[in-house]
Amino acid sequence: MTDMHSNDGPYLSVEDLVVHFPTADGIVKATDGLSFTLGRGKTIGVVGESGSGKSVSSSAILGLHRGSSAQVSGRIVLGGTDLLMLSDEEMRLRRGKEVSMIFQDPLSAMHPYYTVGNQIAEAYLVHNDVSKKAARARTLEMLERVGIPQPDRRIDDYPHQFSGGMRQRAMIAMGLINDPGLIIADEPTTALDVTVQAQILDLLQDLQREFNSAIIIITHDLGVVAEMADDVLVMYAGRAVEYGPTKDVLTHPQMPYTWGLLSSVPDVQGDTNAALIPIPGNPPSLLNPPTGCAFHPRCVHRSKVPADLCTTTLPELLPGSQGPGHTKRCHLADPDELYRTEILPEIMPDLIVED
Amino acid sequence: MVAYIIRRLIAGVVLLVVMSIVTFALFFASPIDPAQFACGKNCSPAMKAQTAASMGYDDNFFAQWGKFAKGVFVGRDFPDDPKLKITAPETIAHCAAPCLGYSKERTSTVTDLIKQTMPVSLSIAVVAFAFWIIGGVLLGVIAALKRGTLIDRGLVGLSLVLYAFPTFFIGLLLLKFVAIQWNWVPVPEYTPIAEGGITGWLSSLLLPAITLAVFFMAGYVRMTRAFVLESLSEDYVRTARAKGLPKRTVTFKHALRAALTPIVTMAGLDFAGLMGGAIITESVFNYPGLGKLAVAANTDFDLPTLVGLVILLASFVIIANIIVDVLYAVIDPRVRLS
Repeated sequence: MTDMHSNDGPYLSVEDLVVHFPTADGIVKATDGLSFTLGRGKTIGVVGESGSGKSVSSSAILGLHRGSSAQVSGRIVLGGTDLLMLSDEEMRLRRGKEVSMIFQDPLSAMHPYYTVGNQIAEAYLVHNDVSKKAARARTLEMLERVGIPQPDRRIDDYPHQFSGGMRQRAMIAMGLINDPGLIIADEPTTALDVTVQAQILDLLQDLQREFNSAIIIITHDLGVVAEMADDVLVMYAGRAVEYGPTKDVLTHPQMPYTWGLLSSVPDVQGDTNAALIPIPGNPPSLLNPPTGCAFHPRCVHRSKVPADLCTTTLPELLPGSQGPGHTKRCHLADPDELYRTEILPEIMPDLIVED
Repeated sequence: MVAYIIRRLIAGVVLLVVMSIVTFALFFASPIDPAQFACGKNCSPAMKAQTAASMGYDDNFFAQWGKFAKGVFVGRDFPDDPKLKITAPETIAHCAAPCLGYSKERTSTVTDLIKQTMPVSLSIAVVAFAFWIIGGVLLGVIAALKRGTLIDRGLVGLSLVLYAFPTFFIGLLLLKFVAIQWNWVPVPEYTPIAEGGITGWLSSLLLPAITLAVFFMAGYVRMTRAFVLESLSEDYVRTARAKGLPKRTVTFKHALRAALTPIVTMAGLDFAGLMGGAIITESVFNYPGLGKLAVAANTDFDLPTLVGLVILLASFVIIANIIVDVLYAVIDPRVRLS
């Protein structure tokens, strides 16, 4: 959010991004009017349940829907260029060079038949007119940088010979070898052990400082968001439902869905009496989303909104009580009060006692 | 890698021994007495005993199998009678190693029968294999890359139609129209390379090979298409795209290589099966191959020939399996290194 008002504009600005997939049963509205900005060196966390449109949106930034039946519209301005206006070939040349992606499960995201070194060097060779030898040297350098021990020996290993954490490090080396301005990390730690997760997140942060890159981190883990992200964007049914600076959103959430996400996080230091409250129901169908606020079928607070507004009218993404930088999509009149009196005592009783 | 191949070879030999015992046992269990059958209708018990002795049918099961196995390595005589060898050597048929038995019906060793017929079957198999692999895989890849287009639907539809036609029908159709009615090619008659040279050999194989290839090709188009589509949706293909690789590299280096692995397996085994003779195709075109020999031997209960053919065919499949396994290890590093 800090770069929002700078003269050059933000490094990345996504405006009204729409990704629709026409199917035999109708249009799947995977992403429906998503907007956010991201500055150089900053991190945004995109949070939501599976099927909320997180990965689809980030794939759109990378232009991975090109060549499929997906209909993508809106604007994705990266460093002053609208990526959606580029030709397929121009977009390809930016892919992996200016924007790169770190995928969720490195075992399936790496080709089983080629060595790790080959696959990383390939990413370098395609964007740099250098010899194979130079690409190999650069690969070694990157492997060393991401903390692979004995990189000169491991470079010729196959992905299945690496451990999960090592594979993810190699994936990061692959994503960062061209020093991209924007890195999209799609659940980079989901497939890893908890102890390894922290190492990978630390590594990402180190590299971010070193290269001053912008990071979009897609996750359903609010712990990851709390550690990594400057801003957080909560997605539900293809739309942003709450968006603001991380600290603000996590301490003063304004939207029942965000409350639900917070209530679902186990807290190791918390009171053992604290309830772990799952969000009832399932994510909605993107083919046939609920009318009004898409969250209303699962929302326990909708009776507090008068005149069935929740079921009939889609709330706008508007600033709440926390200033213009923190927006939410909810009809509730005073969500702060509700959160303090009803939600917080349930999920963090010890916090209330101290108050 | 070498240890892996050796392990596979040893397993193959064991499998071959077991398989030959099973084959032997199956024919042993047959309700027809082979000695009676070979001796004929008006056979006295003495004559039958004599026939049984000359054919080696009077021994117990394991002794018979032992003689057979020994014959494969050192050859054997029919009848194996030292006295007769001195008194009437002209009545003894010698079966040189590798001896797979002696057919009284055909007054020939099984090995010789195979030597005569196998080139025919092998020729058809090789040429048909080339047709269907090149055609089937190529068209399958095209269909997958053009998924959902008219080309894709046309190819899939066509392969379904071709797959539905029985081989003998396609064979007769080709024979009737291409060779006889339109006279585009002469009526095919098997010509060995020694006689007609490469061109004569190839042109004599054209129609039978196409007949055989059409059926397989139809299957391979669909199979290849499915494998390529599956591999195009793999995560590592998405990674390859995300790296900014050109479409060509993504398709050929990343997607196709993985898709070809299962096709290699299928192709190896199908080819091995075909080497044992394409019964219908050989019958339609009247080509004297292994398939026709097997049918004839089956009709007149030529036990030695049948046993020899079954063991030969089985060893083809076993060998092909080993080759496929080794190829697999060459293609897929996960197999090689685990």
